[in-house]
Amino acid sequence: MAIDCLVLGAGQEVGKSCMVVSINGKRIMFDCGMHMGYTDSRRYPDFSLISKNGDFDNALTCVIVTHFHLDHIGALPYFTEVCGYKGPIYMTYPTKALAPLMLEDYRKNMDRRGEDEQFTSDHIAECMKKVIPVDLKQTVQVDKDLQIRAYYAGHVIGAAMFYAKVGDAAMVYTGDYNMTPDRHLGAAQIDRLQLDLLITESTYATTIRDSRYGREREFLKAVHNCVAAGGKVLIPTFALGRAQELCILLEDYWERMNLKVPIYFSAGLTIQANMYYKMLINWTSQKIKETYATHNAFDFKNVRNFDRSLINAPGPCVLFATPGMIVGGFSLEVFMQWAPSENNLVTLPGYCVAGTIGHKLMSGKPTKIDLDKDTQINVRCQIHQLSFSPHTDAKGIMDLVKFLSPKHAILVHGEKPKMATLKERIQSELGIQCYCPANNETVTIPSTHYVKADASGTFIRSCLNPNFKFSTCSSTDKSYLDSNKSKAVSRLSVSDDRATEGILVVEKGKKAKVIHQDEFLHMLGEKKHEIQFAYCFPMHMARTEDLSSTSHMLCSFDKCTLISRLSMILSDELSEGNILDLGEELQVESFHVSVCSSDNCPHRLSSSLQNGSESVFFCCHWSVADEKLAWKIISIMKNSTL
Amino acid sequence: TCLSKGGGFHFPPCHMLSVSGFRILLDCPLDLSSLAIFSPVPIALEAHESLETDSVVRKKQKIEKTLDANDLVFAEPWYKTVKSLHLWDASFIDVILISSPTGMLGLPFLTRTKDFSAKIYVTEAAARIGQLMMEDLVSIHMELRQFYGPEDSSSLQWMRWEGLEVLPSELKKIALGADCEELGAWMPLYSAVDVKDCMRKVQTLKYAEEACYNGTLVIKAFSSGLEIGTCNWTINGPKRNIAYISSSIFVSTHAMDFNFLGLQGNDLIIFSDFSTLDTTENMENDNTYCDPAASSNASDDLYNLEEIAASLLKDDESMEEMEKLAFICTCAFDSVRAGGSVLVPIDRLGIVLCLLEQMSLLLESSSLKVPIYIISSVAEELLAFTNIIPEWLCKQRQEKLFSGEPLFAHVKLIKERKIHVFPAVHSVELLTNWQEPCVVFCPHWSLRLGPVVHLLRYWCSDPNSLLILESGDDANLALLPFKPMAMKVLQCSFLSGISLQKVQPLLKALQPKLLLTVSEGFEVQDPNFRSKHDYSLL
Repeated sequence: MAIDCLVLGAGQEVGKSCMVVSINGKRIMFDCGMHMGYTDSRRYPDFSLISKNGDFDNALTCVIVTHFHLDHIGALPYFTEVCGYKGPIYMTYPTKALAPLMLEDYRKNMDRRGEDEQFTSDHIAECMKKVIPVDLKQTVQVDKDLQIRAYYAGHVIGAAMFYAKVGDAAMVYTGDYNMTPDRHLGAAQIDRLQLDLLITESTYATTIRDSRYGREREFLKAVHNCVAAGGKVLIPTFALGRAQELCILLEDYWERMNLKVPIYFSAGLTIQANMYYKMLINWTSQKIKETYATHNAFDFKNVRNFDRSLINAPGPCVLFATPGMIVGGFSLEVFMQWAPSENNLVTLPGYCVAGTIGHKLMSGKPTKIDLDKDTQINVRCQIHQLSFSPHTDAKGIMDLVKFLSPKHAILVHGEKPKMATLKERIQSELGIQCYCPANNETVTIPSTHYVKADASGTFIRSCLNPNFKFSTCSSTDKSYLDSNKSKAVSRLSVSDDRATEGILVVEKGKKAKVIHQDEFLHMLGEKKHEIQFAYCFPMHMARTEDLSSTSHMLCSFDKCTLISRLSMILSDELSEGNILDLGEELQVESFHVSVCSSDNCPHRLSSSLQNGSESVFFCCHWSVADEKLAWKIISIMKNSTL
Repeated sequence: TCLSKGGGFHFPPCHMLSVSGFRILLDCPLDLSSLAIFSPVPIALEAHESLETDSVVRKKQKIEKTLDANDLVFAEPWYKTVKSLHLWDASFIDVILISSPTGMLGLPFLTRTKDFSAKIYVTEAAARIGQLMMEDLVSIHMELRQFYGPEDSSSLQWMRWEGLEVLPSELKKIALGADCEELGAWMPLYSAVDVKDCMRKVQTLKYAEEACYNGTLVIKAFSSGLEIGTCNWTINGPKRNIAYISSSIFVSTHAMDFNFLGLQGNDLIIFSDFSTLDTTENMENDNTYCDPAASSNASDDLYNLEEIAASLLKDDESMEEMEKLAFICTCAFDSVRAGGSVLVPIDRLGIVLCLLEQMSLLLESSSLKVPIYIISSVAEELLAFTNIIPEWLCKQRQEKLFSGEPLFAHVKLIKERKIHVFPAVHSVELLTNWQEPCVVFCPHWSLRLGPVVHLLRYWCSDPNSLLILESGDDANLALLPFKPMAMKVLQCSFLSGISLQKVQPLLKALQPKLLLTVSEGFEVQDPNFRSKHDYSLL
């Protein structure tokens, strides 16, 4: 059995997370995202790799979406409504509640840009109807064999890591997560699980971040300086998550500093989103949860709706505009108006996908940005990059991998060179096999299969027999450094090596059983066969006087004397073994030797011996266990004369 | 061992179970209906004291006569726990499973014992609601205590034999139990500190979250539909899988529906939904449903699981509940139109929330401007809490989350100042805002504690006013101190468990090997299921 992971997106890149995992016959799709940097077919994962004929219902057991960011859910309406997947989709309650807002916002922005629609409002609504919401830690039985469970992941509200188990094979797909709590969300939490595979994000594969506090203060100072100078602050964010976090931060700061500068939210959308946040307060951090009765933290007092006419209104203000990364839409519109003024500030929170204006602003200080062939924007405004991000840093990833100690790890959702570095670290420091596949590649790893076995009584008894070994080991105690003397301490160590001799029997239609080897024959109804070696060889004899007179050389009396003589020789030469003289034959352990009387002994290798009178043939046989001993005896016998 | 069969919604049954060497206590409720033997705070202290001097003589004469208000015990109330629980050593209990908020009211009595070490599992929502209920109980009790004073030695007098002797037989039965053995179950109430301490020892779970006790028992909670956060339990041990079914409702108007599919595949089912016993009588009176003959015929040809499931989930019960609520609302509406006020001392959170919604709708549709007051020390928090727990509610409520509306209408109504929430009767805002006629929701349903006592005194002579009571308690006894009453009283029963006709299809769907229940007048007719009387099997 094996786990196959087909990476449809976010392999060695950030964007369109999509992973299809086949695990003991079940196929689960984790996330179904879109790439914000592309507008062509590269935007969506290549679903044709799942099923050539488009029969996704049979090809997939279920779809699991970790959180509502577009690079994790963007392609879902397309997949369900246009491609026609009808199976179950699982996500957490907040994700289900907030995902339609995200998708709708995105769709509107696409409309405004005049691009062809990929899906409609109805598609989104229809798609969300198929979603089964789950709670954290709730164990959901998808079908008879497949169990899934969500764990808190931080990152954004409702973000979850998903654990999936089929039979004995288990895995975790993290989605995006954050190991340190932020303004409104707690840190990721997961149980210690036995995993074959961990698929983790690696956005910040090499970065290690310092304390949040300093970075927050930096942000607030930048904003305050700007508004104090009468400038306008543009914060391009996506509707949900970051906007609320920064808003809590600003609201708190406004209160403390007694500022009156208005904070605007573009479009009614984000205000409506706050409504959801109020209801989903259970999914936020402990601190915010505790205050819900007296004051819901998402009841913002200073926040107002923004009107398009306010873009060029005089006076300072702070504006949250969608979409983030300035990929288009309203935030681009405002950016075009405000960018040329030096007074203004653009704050870029979090990660910007390559290819977006946000990315261009972050990499270096451009003075001009080409929007398309005809338009060019002069950028004179200040640019502040917010360095706190809801993604975990390298330390967090390492901590999680170490904590879960899976047998294998796969890195996705990161930049290729950084992922390679992290991969090396995981392999060398934690000794865990790690992969970072590219898009459309498949990784196959072995999975666990436990066999439940009954143990037979004899087997257990033999296990219980102690097999003590006493050995004396001496260790030198070097603690007496001042006396420059090392003291030898010898102590008795007892080791209990219980070598159990068992045989695992798996019969068709019966439960697997571990039995003791002695029982095995009985169980099979067979007799015990032993392998024996036999060898017949001549041995030189010292000629004695009376030998020539008689032809009855090999009489029984003689045999006995020969054997007793042999036994004397062997006892002189042989150090180990107990030599038993049984009259006509000699026994050392399982080695038997006797005088061979037949001329055509089957064990005799060469019968072409002319001077038969000078030697006597001995026939010997032994079992495998005593092979070494046997050959030793034989060589002794060959080299000596009776 | 079944410790207590309980009584209805407010006093769920309590069991002690022994699985693989672990002692598991299922629920730990408090018998609040026995508060009825106490007298509510008298109006005039002097009157009461003069009474006490010759009360002994007078009461003795009265034993065989009808009860009147003076027979009630004038003392700081004590509380009655489960009758034989105090015989168990708390340190021997390994696990406590709580299946509803009412089922944890007795918990602080246990957790405050010295070597209590059990692990307590409760669903998150039930824990929160239970905690608020306990805090409320403590606070209204404190109010009463201020009246009796901190060190009142006479308050214990009723518990001595001479005190008990003079009690009328009816009250004596409540105090001592039928076999005169329950006196030890009476306890003075725990303190707020005890509650806090108790909550610290509680481990909260989500529905279907696996909790592993000691590496051997896997314990899971599944929604039971009775109330927000209530649950049934499955206990998977190394040898046996056990399901414990508490009072359950298939389709709820507020809480998440009864998840009986989660209980499938268990060897043993402990069926402790005894609410049907209490309700059947009422149902027979109503003569609406509960026709045993018809139900057994109907269930014969249901073999297919899906069919059974569908028949179980038929909406009839919740429809009926909604109709009941609508009826209550119209009654209330009639009396406010007549100029009277309505007093609703109902503590069932879900019912209150639904009543609030319907009542305000009805008032809004008419031109009457009648305020709704909620008077409780924990109401504000409770109402805020109900709006942030979409995961625990029924599908219709969850849809509200997904479309961005508040889960319950009361959020909007409070904002519009149609519902007013006050911590106590004597709060300043209440006095300034007070306006009659009005509708008041307040604790406590026993009519012995809390704001309801004052308001009932105030309105009991007004023939236009209406008191809405939950039936099942001894209403006569409950109303005794307020007699003579001119006020109208509406008694209503709410669904609080699986109706009898649905028990059989349910068991068919669950397919247990063994069914345990305390069968007292409760017969499972299906020969496939053996029902056992005692629990000594494990």
